[in-house]
Amino acid sequence: MEHIAIIGNGIAGVTAARHIRKLSDKKITIISGETDHFFSRTALMYIYMGHMKYEHTKPYEDWFWEKNRIELKKAWVSKVTPEENKLTFATGETMHYDQLIIATGSKPNKFGWPGQDLKGVQGLYSKQDLDLLEENAPNNKICKRAVIVGGGLIGIELAEMLSTRKIPVTFLVREKDFWGNVLPEPNAKLINNHIKEHHIDLRLGVNLKEILSDANGRARAVIISETGEEIPCDLVGLTAGVNPNIDFLKDSGIELGRGVKVNRFLETNFENVFALGDCAEHQEPTGERRSVEAVWYTGRMMGEVVAQTICGNKTAYKPGHWFNSAKFFDIEYQTYGWVFPQPREGENHFHWQHPDGKKCITINFNSQSRKFLGINTFGIRMRHEVFDRWLSEERTFDEVLENLEQAHFDPEFYKRYEKDIKQKYKTEHKINA
Amino acid sequence: MAHNISATGDTTYTLSLQQKLATLLGFAGLFILALATFNMSFPNKTFWLTLSLGAICTGIVWFGVNQYQNKTAGIKNDGIQFKSLTSRGFLAWMLGIFLTGLYIVLYFYPQYLGLTAQGESNTGLVALFDPLSKLLSGNPASQWFVYGTFYTIAVVFFGIKFIYKYRHNHYQRLRTFSVMFFQLGFAFLIPEFMSRLNSDTFSLPYYDLKNIWPLNHYNFEQYRVDEFISAGNIGIALLIFGVASIFIITPILTYKYGKRWYCSWVCGCGGLAETAGDSFRHLSDKRLVAWKIERWVVHSVVVFVVVMTTAVIYSYLGDASKGYWLTRNTFLIGVAVLLTSVFAGVMIFKRNEFKKDAKYGAMGYLAIILVLIGLHYFQGSQLFLFETETLRSTYGFLIGSIFAGVIGTGFYPIFGNRVWCRMGCPMAAILGFQQRLFSKFRITTNGGQCISCGNCSTYCEMGIDVRAYAQKGENIIRSSCVGCGICAAVCPRGVLKLENDSMKGRINPNEILLGNDVDLMKLVNEK
Repeated sequence: MEHIAIIGNGIAGVTAARHIRKLSDKKITIISGETDHFFSRTALMYIYMGHMKYEHTKPYEDWFWEKNRIELKKAWVSKVTPEENKLTFATGETMHYDQLIIATGSKPNKFGWPGQDLKGVQGLYSKQDLDLLEENAPNNKICKRAVIVGGGLIGIELAEMLSTRKIPVTFLVREKDFWGNVLPEPNAKLINNHIKEHHIDLRLGVNLKEILSDANGRARAVIISETGEEIPCDLVGLTAGVNPNIDFLKDSGIELGRGVKVNRFLETNFENVFALGDCAEHQEPTGERRSVEAVWYTGRMMGEVVAQTICGNKTAYKPGHWFNSAKFFDIEYQTYGWVFPQPREGENHFHWQHPDGKKCITINFNSQSRKFLGINTFGIRMRHEVFDRWLSEERTFDEVLENLEQAHFDPEFYKRYEKDIKQKYKTEHKINA
Repeated sequence: MAHNISATGDTTYTLSLQQKLATLLGFAGLFILALATFNMSFPNKTFWLTLSLGAICTGIVWFGVNQYQNKTAGIKNDGIQFKSLTSRGFLAWMLGIFLTGLYIVLYFYPQYLGLTAQGESNTGLVALFDPLSKLLSGNPASQWFVYGTFYTIAVVFFGIKFIYKYRHNHYQRLRTFSVMFFQLGFAFLIPEFMSRLNSDTFSLPYYDLKNIWPLNHYNFEQYRVDEFISAGNIGIALLIFGVASIFIITPILTYKYGKRWYCSWVCGCGGLAETAGDSFRHLSDKRLVAWKIERWVVHSVVVFVVVMTTAVIYSYLGDASKGYWLTRNTFLIGVAVLLTSVFAGVMIFKRNEFKKDAKYGAMGYLAIILVLIGLHYFQGSQLFLFETETLRSTYGFLIGSIFAGVIGTGFYPIFGNRVWCRMGCPMAAILGFQQRLFSKFRITTNGGQCISCGNCSTYCEMGIDVRAYAQKGENIIRSSCVGCGICAAVCPRGVLKLENDSMKGRINPNEILLGNDVDLMKLVNEK
């Protein structure tokens, strides 16, 4: 029986395994050193916050794997020898495979800051990182202040986590607004305010210069480049993005760039080796998509695609319209289609914001053809299916605005804002005309 | 998990000074009640009762509001899994044992609370409540009045806490306001006022109008029906309302809104679960095996209650010689026709959705029909080996007292707040059966936005693995769903929405839009 080995038990690897099982009778082994079972990485924050226990983050009960004949191997892979179809584990043990799927995810970026490897300095990606955080910052007696470096999704999650344990947080953001390299300015400013509302010491437009050590090799303070200010702290969270977790592949002969290089079929330079999820680097990215997509949803899609290919129905990765979501403290964010921080050549942004400063939308459209390109929504839930259809049908901005009610997805009895939003556009339009 | 390895102890989730004071106040109120229970006589009962209940109510609201007032509006389940009371720790067991004991005393040893034989004046705790009872109904208190007062206080004042906790969520606020209203008005005040109308010549049974058969399993017992009939037009109207509630009103509302209209907007058991029980909702068992047990147990209770009620009504009906249109035989045939038409209707119109469960449905149906034949054969005094009266009292004891009270509420801190609703309530099972097959209600999943985090499943008080559906992009249509809306509230990605919409396409078992291209989804679905 053909043996499919999957390195990594995250959403990409597990989705691949599930779909291969649906389509075939092949032997499947999922290898991970991180945990015994698949868990939702995006839910790690809720374990620290006490909303859930680790057990709750597992999407499948433990009997699921045996029932579906998916073997689980708890081990770290130290070496891949594709010429011999062989994996070598950190223990020295080896395993033979017929087809290999690499889905090893990411690791936190470290940009060579002095002191970045001190004790008390950590990222937040894996279950091990979470356990380490429990040691480094169990409460505000042991961790009197934390400094977070990097204003993105993991950074704001870490800030929220620490604030639930009443640990004071200084949040260093390189851009002039939170997530300013992704969000349009009015959106980012709204989140800036919301962060400050949670008593986070938000520092915009600053960089980390170095992390200072105490006598025991523990971080005791950071220094800011721009001002030279020294901020004493017991924890430094490095959350300036992630990069593919592929160090163990260095001498394997598998072609690497920033990630494992793959074509549209998620194939590497070896015919029976595939890579997907965060660790794959697409040589021909689709549309506006990045070559490395470290997103839950894309990992899941790639898992479905590779399963088709491995089961004899060669399928290219053709993700549909871009979508994503996040939650910034209390404010939910959804995006459908493309909204760039600055409107590109020939594009226009329409903004609406509620006076309470907790809800806003930004719609991106082509100024000439008025084609609808994408929407960011904050504090208002909208329907994925509807926007996906509108993007496929290439609706105009005006049609989208007119029919915004159809995309409504907030709970029943919530106040509706479609009228306000339309009114804002009409008022603005008359002023401009 | 290596939680809290610090030598200094975790200071994060200790009580604030205000919460400590609120606890002190609440316990001071309870202490007065404890003294009364041990027969310390209070000179001015009205004063001490007011003081005690006032302290308890203020304590609850003060504590609850203080917990959330320094936080922004939003989902704040911080530390729930760490606190002893809410994570099956020492405090949870203490509370569970205390509540269980309280229910046992209440149901089986009310004399310890100060209830005395008819004609004698009350002592102890019950006597302390006499002034309030006299104010409302004109009668001295009973242990049930004491219980009703506590129950209502719990729903109303923990309800205030709940509304504050979910102050950003209009669905939660309205729903909670509704259960507070029905508990205070329909369950507590109206029946008390109604008993003021009673005189030597006119008497209505104690009737909480929103308490519908089969949850109200004693509604059609002989003494009640006799009282209804002898009370003239008002009595007959109430009796008709009781029958219409389950056969007309309930099906219509459940068709339009799902069973939530009852379970989490009206019902008293649901009301207590959603307010006082809110802190324990995550303790429900989500395992597949729990679901299997749930279906056997709850549907067995349905069969039991139908059999019991049929036997009880049959036992006091007469035959044709009495000249009354509803005879024993017409009644039996009527029940048989009704059940057969429901069963046949489902098999004909909903067989595709019902096929997996058809076997069990058929078994339940057959069991009841056999009982009807048995009743006819034994002429109602006996049902096979059991006396009808034994059947009635066994149901009251096992289901009405032990299951709904002692286990259902006493074990909130251990099994979660809806264990009765999920495992035992025959009303919920009947509404659920309709909700699954014939209702406009569903929880819609928002395309591919689910990140499988598990908040929805964790906080589902009915133990539904919501995530299992959401991560596949499927709508959630489960008979047990009470529509509390908490899954949608705690979802960090805006994936879930409770909706009433057309029956068409309500169930979408195909893998749908997860963001991938259409061609692939076709392939995935074709398999």
